[in-house]
Amino acid sequence: MPLNRDFVGREYPAPDTYEVSRELIRRFAQAIGDNHPAYTDIEAAKALGHPDVIAPPTFLTVLTFRYAMSGPVVDPDLGLNYALVVHGEQKFVHHRPVRAGDVLRVVSSIVDIRDAGRNELMTTKTAVVTTEGEPIADLYGTLVSRGTAAA
Amino acid sequence: MNYDDVEIGTELPARTFTIQRANLVQYCGASGDFNIIHWNERIAKAVGLPDVIAHGMYTMAEAGRLVTDWVGDPGAVVEYGVRFSAPVPVPDDDKGTDLVVSGTVAEKLDGNRVAVDLDARVGETKVLMKARAVVQLA
Repeated sequence: MPLNRDFVGREYPAPDTYEVSRELIRRFAQAIGDNHPAYTDIEAAKALGHPDVIAPPTFLTVLTFRYAMSGPVVDPDLGLNYALVVHGEQKFVHHRPVRAGDVLRVVSSIVDIRDAGRNELMTTKTAVVTTEGEPIADLYGTLVSRGTAAA
Repeated sequence: MNYDDVEIGTELPARTFTIQRANLVQYCGASGDFNIIHWNERIAKAVGLPDVIAHGMYTMAEAGRLVTDWVGDPGAVVEYGVRFSAPVPVPDDDKGTDLVVSGTVAEKLDGNRVAVDLDARVGETKVLMKARAVVQLA
């Protein structure tokens, strides 16, 4: 069944803030097998000019899953069957590196839904700022909903 | 690394990242992406996939390590985008799947920024397209 196009343009401000800790960064770096010291060693991060350990460039993907479950992905009116979903594209635009101690505020939005053959492509934007309003990053993700395009 | 020392065409030597089921389980936990196609072969095949597949974001993270290790400061990555062009099946065996990543400096941009294009393959299959990282150099 096709996705509900009425969702294009809808914004989903996250219901709470996301606090980045050293341990979360460590766990993510371990999961991707990356032992770069800037992720776990404060002195190494400082030597590179950062005030605390920083997160890998794709770390903020955790926000999309942390908040997807309270946003459009699980809204039954959108009609997305998650087992039919694969990730089509992803882009991170970083305004500054994420670091331990950041308290982040997130606004997700659906920017586009379109057909691509038998599939549908849904593009979301996740804007990430600190609670002080400092821009951190913008994430653009495209999900492929396999075989759901209107015949 | 200095902008002036980098030349278009500079190659980032190929590296192989072996992906096993255990890596995907760990990435599920760290990322919060528990999509069943990343850990349940029965469901993955039932929805038409060849096997359990790696998270696209896991493949993207591994490919990105080529750039962060090359530049030295992971915080220098100001943009990083990819298109996932083919699934990365990860069999339930002791060997796993080899992801081979290489890179090339594609462009020198304004403001001491450099664009690196990445090539990521499993066997002959390109699993990432339009994979590009922009890094801020001194």
